[in-house]
Formats: sequence, C-alpha cells, structure tokens
Amino acid sequence: MPLIEIKNLHARIGEREILKGINLAIEPGTVHAVMGPNGAGKSTLSNVIAGREGYEVTEGEILFNGENIAELSPDERARAGIFLAFQYPVEIPGVTLSTFLKAALNARRKAAGEAEIAPVEFLKLMRDTARRLNLPDDLIRRPVNVGFSGGEKKRADIFQMSVLEPTLCLLDETDSGLDIDALKVVSEGVNALRSPERGFLVITHYQRLLNHIVPDVVHVFADGRIVKTGDASLAEELEANGYADYTDAA
Amino acid sequence: MAISEQTVETVADLGRYKYGFSTDIESDKAPKGLTEDTIRFISAKKNEPAWLLEWRLGAFRAWKEMPEPEWAKLDYPPIDYQDAYYYAAPRQKPKLKSLDEVDPELLRTYEKLGIPLKEQAKLAGVEGADEMASGMPGVAVDAVFDSVSVATTYKAKLREMGVLFMSISEAVQEFPDLVQKYLGSVVPPGDNFFACLNSAVFTDGSFVLVPKGLRCPMELSTYFRINEKNTGQFERTLIVAEEGSYVSYLEGCTAPQRDEHQLHAAVVELVALDDAEIKYSTVQNWYPGDESGKGGIYNFVTKRAACRGRNSKVSWTQVETGSAITWKYPSCILQGDNSQGEFYSVAITNNRQQADTGTKMIHIGKNTRSRIVSKGISAGRAEQTYRGLVRVLPRAEGARNFTQCDSLLIGDRSAAHTVPYIESRNPGAQLEHEATTSRISDDQMYYCQQRGIDPEEAVALIVNGFCRDVLQTLPMEFAVEAQKLVGISLEGSVG
Repeated sequence: MPLIEIKNLHARIGEREILKGINLAIEPGTVHAVMGPNGAGKSTLSNVIAGREGYEVTEGEILFNGENIAELSPDERARAGIFLAFQYPVEIPGVTLSTFLKAALNARRKAAGEAEIAPVEFLKLMRDTARRLNLPDDLIRRPVNVGFSGGEKKRADIFQMSVLEPTLCLLDETDSGLDIDALKVVSEGVNALRSPERGFLVITHYQRLLNHIVPDVVHVFADGRIVKTGDASLAEELEANGYADYTDAA
Repeated sequence: MAISEQTVETVADLGRYKYGFSTDIESDKAPKGLTEDTIRFISAKKNEPAWLLEWRLGAFRAWKEMPEPEWAKLDYPPIDYQDAYYYAAPRQKPKLKSLDEVDPELLRTYEKLGIPLKEQAKLAGVEGADEMASGMPGVAVDAVFDSVSVATTYKAKLREMGVLFMSISEAVQEFPDLVQKYLGSVVPPGDNFFACLNSAVFTDGSFVLVPKGLRCPMELSTYFRINEKNTGQFERTLIVAEEGSYVSYLEGCTAPQRDEHQLHAAVVELVALDDAEIKYSTVQNWYPGDESGKGGIYNFVTKRAACRGRNSKVSWTQVETGSAITWKYPSCILQGDNSQGEFYSVAITNNRQQADTGTKMIHIGKNTRSRIVSKGISAGRAEQTYRGLVRVLPRAEGARNFTQCDSLLIGDRSAAHTVPYIESRNPGAQLEHEATTSRISDDQMYYCQQRGIDPEEAVALIVNGFCRDVLQTLPMEFAVEAQKLVGISLEGSVG
C-alpha cells in the first residue's frame, strides 16, 4: 500500500482553481521530487496535503496509510505522521525551539495515549539530534526562528523533522535562500532520515537540491497538473532545457 | 458580658429584626449592609483597640461623601454597597490533632485550588505540622479563607529570625504600635473611593515585617479565596522591609463559580526603608464570569509601595487572568535617592472580561529609576486598557524610566487601549516609551498545528511566549502555575 495516494485532486483558493487533477502515489522508502516553474501550484499541493485552511478541495481525495484525511485538521494530520518543512518558517517570539518541540512531541504522545516525555530523555534527544545535524546548541535555546538566518531557519526545520520522526516528509522549496554549504547540511539531514518506512515529497524549482537528495521519481508540475513523470535523469534534463516545453504544453 | 460581646449580640439582633432574617452566629456573619454598626461589629469581633475603630469610622464617614470613580474604561452596573455582607468568618476548631479532624470541605478546596501546598496539614493548623515540616525549605503560607486567616505557617520559625509574618488581625493584637505606625502611611484612608471603603471594613490580610539586615530565606505566600456567597472581600496587607532587608512575597487567588457579582476591594501597602528590597508577585485567577459576562468578581485594588529609603527597591509582578472587572494600578513612590521601582504585568481578558490596569511611578528622589513591562492579551469580546503614569518631580535629578507596553489581540472582537501619562518636571529626566499591538497570525497558528499542536495549545504557547519577559520574573513556585493559567484562561478563544 502506498504511504500516500492522491487521486484526481482538484483544489482552489476562492474562485481560482490551482490544482487541476493531481494523481500521485508515494511508496514507503521512496523520494519523489516535484519540479516546476513558479506559480504552477507546487506549494499549494504541500499545503493541501498538510490541511491548511483557505484551500478548498473540490474533487478527488488524499489517502494517507489508506485512510481518507479530508476531515482531519492540520494538527491531526501532523500527529498522524505528516511533516511539512516550510519554504518560509514562521517566527514565534518568546517560545524557545526546545519548548516548541517538546509541545509538539508531547502532543503526539498524548494522541497516542502515551505519557509525556521525561525531561532527561527529551534533553538527550535534543542534544543527540543537534549533534548529528551539527546544529549549534544555542539555536535550541533561542525563540523559534526569531533572528535566525535563512540557513538556520531551514536547518531548524530539518532538526524538528528529525526529532519528530514523521512518516511522510514534505519539503517545500527547502533549498530556496540557501548557500551551497547550508544546502549540503540540510541535504545530509534529510538523507539521514531516509528509511524503508518513510516517504519524501521534495518540492523544488531547481535541480541542484536533487544532486544532494537523489530522488527515485521526478514529476514535472505545470499549471496545476503533473505533466511528466520520470526518474532522476528527468531532473537533469529539466536543468538543461528549462520548463518552457512543459509550460507551453500546459 | 463584655462590651464587645454585647455589640455582637446587638448587631445580631439588628439583623433579625431590621432585615427580616436571622444572623447565624455559627457562621459568624454580620447582617447585610454597611452602617457604622457593621463597622463596630467587625471591630468588636476582632477585639480591636479604640484607635483602630476610630480610624475605621473616620474612613467610613469620608467614604460616604466620596463619589465612585468613573474615569476608568470599565462598564458595569452600579454596585449596591448595602446589598452585601461585610464580615464572614469560617468556623474553625482552635487546635487539631491530625488531618482527619480537618474539615474535609476545606481540604477539598485546597486541592481544587491546585496550589503548590506541600503540607495541607500545616495549612489547616494541625498541631505538630510545623515540626513535621521543619528543615524543609519551602513556602510559608498564610491562607486567607473567607476573610479570616485559618492558618499561619512557619510562623515560629520565622519569628526566631525576627521576621513577623501573621494575619493583620493578629498583628493588631500583638504589635499595635507597629500597625498604627505604618497602616495607612502609604495609602491613606481617603486616598480613593475603594481604598477608603477598605479602610472602613477591612477584615483580614497579612502583616509582614522583615528586620534590619535580614534576607528573608523563604518566599512568603498567601492564598486568598472568596468562599461565602455575597461576601465582599476587603483584604488589607502591610509589608515593611527595614534597612538592608529583603523579602519576596507571593499572593495567589482563585475563586469558585458564582452567579452574582462579588466585590473585592483590597489595599496593599509596602514600605521599603534604606537599602531594602521587596518583591511582590501576584497570580490572580478569580472567577471571570461566564461567556456572556454573567457573574464574576469585581476587583478594585489599591496597591502601592513607598520606596522611602535610599537605594530601596520594590518590584511588582502580576499575572491577572481572572475577575469580570479589574481596576488595579500597583505603584511605586520613589522617594529615597537611588530607589528603584519595577512593574511587570501580564493581563489576560477573555469573553466579556474588562481590565483597566497599569502602574504609577512617582519619581521624587535623585537618580530614581523605574521600569515598566506590560503585556496585555485580549480575546473574545474583552476590553483591556493599560493606564500608566510616570511622573518626575523637579528634585528628581537623573531620573530614568523605561516603559514597554505590548498588546496582543486574539479574534476580531476584542480591544486593547494604551493610555500612558508622562509628566516630567525635571528637564534632565530620561523617559522611554515603547508600545506595540499585534495579533496571533494565521501563519503562526498553521506552523504550530503542522507540528501537531492543537489550536488551543498553540494559542497558549504563543501567548506564553509573548509574556515570557514577565513570567520569567516570577518566583519558580509561581512560574509553572502561571504558565498553565495562561492556557486555561484562553480556553475557547479560538475555533
């Protein structure tokens, strides 16, 4: 059974239809990349999967672990195992990354009927994960994303992903605003999470991220539809020729 | 029969005949309404010296002539001061052998309050509880249960060190001269309408005196609770820190649900002498009324500190989440040279709650400094006003003030107002004022939810972050409780 199966998904904001019939299935253990020009609806796809308010699904369905998630709120979807690494991570003044993650972790535990994580255990988890991702310790004690550089924000998001261990990871333009060194660090973090039970949907405009996170499947997205699907070599082809062929076709 | 007993009998009879119902002596309740006889009854019940009765009566006569203040941005129906009880004492056995003898209702109340009481036995006045607890560092609790202190703990221990910590009624008996010296010296009876009412009818409260040079080794704490229906609460607290001493005092309040409005008009006076420091922290969680605004406490409080000595310091921290109406301006009179005043406040109003709160910093001495950090959160249809005054007098060379005033709005029907008054009569004074108003953004909510945090908890988390600077100034015992309270008081404000 696919981890997530999207069938004939149509979605709109207000009167404007953005997704015009998406079909996509991600098997556990695989990395799918979605590439496409700006405005094609890539970010909308990740937000509709995550359940953001303001998007109306007019047709089709999303099955996560075989269950239709249409009725689930964003936090319920998150607790079920869907994680979105944001294109623009949000600042939460006064709330340390550590406090924030503890709340997120305990929300999952509570939903699963488990006890809250012990302070010592949590501390160890934070420390070990930070070390693995080479994340500076002070970042954990600072308010979420406040005063973080672009690279730090993305790294902090990947750090959260590593701590929360979701089964489906959506990466929305994670490479935007990253220099080559930060890109490497972020990619290593993502690669470290690759496992047989976990699936990835990597949304990107550029091929360069896919040099570091090598996808199993590449989809070309244009005007709210997937117009071509192929293997990793499709990304290279796009890098060489651009999106012109596909946008014209769509 | 002693004169005081006669008075009690007389007033009791008065209740029976004049008002058509009997006064239950068992419940120790004065008849409804406020007359000079009520005040004589209270004073007699408490076996007070003549000067105090006169002081009360003087206040009462002044109060009758005073108009109720109308300048606050608060909207409530007129209060019928004759339609309330001014004295009610819980029955209590003088000495108890074990917890089993304590009124189970009392113990249940302590539990419901969820206050961090390590030993309820101690609080309920069980004999030997002090010895049981001896050697344990902790919080000394003076619980005010319906107007009368039911227990004063750690008293003996503190007394050994020279710290006086007792109910003000006891202090009147034991140290009348000290009480007479300081009572009303910071907030005179005629100061304002509510303080004046309090001076006439105050029932109980705490008295603290920390002697010269002593750093009080434990946090002093009191929990107020309004229990009897329609009992106005008129607490009177007096804290004196002598030269070079330090004390941290915690005050926390909760009240059960009530259908009728309850009036509360407390007065807190702090006196800091040379090089002394007082830290006064409050978590106030009285019944705020239901979603439609029915019920809830009316809280009209006068809190003021006199930084009388050189290098003295007073720090107010308040977390205000309860009450239907809050009217409260903990202030500092910075009289001593180099004295410092601080005011850290979190005020949360939800549903139909209204709060008009802030502080006054009066700079009189040279090089006096004050710092104001106010965080207001308004949700539902609540109205909130920050009202602050920073006044610098001509002699206050080198005075400095920093004010930061932040408002956070939740939903689109709540309101926040900021009214800072700044009066400087010394051209060398440095005054800074910063203010912001913000909203919890959809992006923040989505971000939290995407990490698995439900909307209600997300709001609590974001608001706690917003208040962090203030919550951090609370003593540990209160910080955790206060954080939880922030979440609880905003329940139902989203979705």
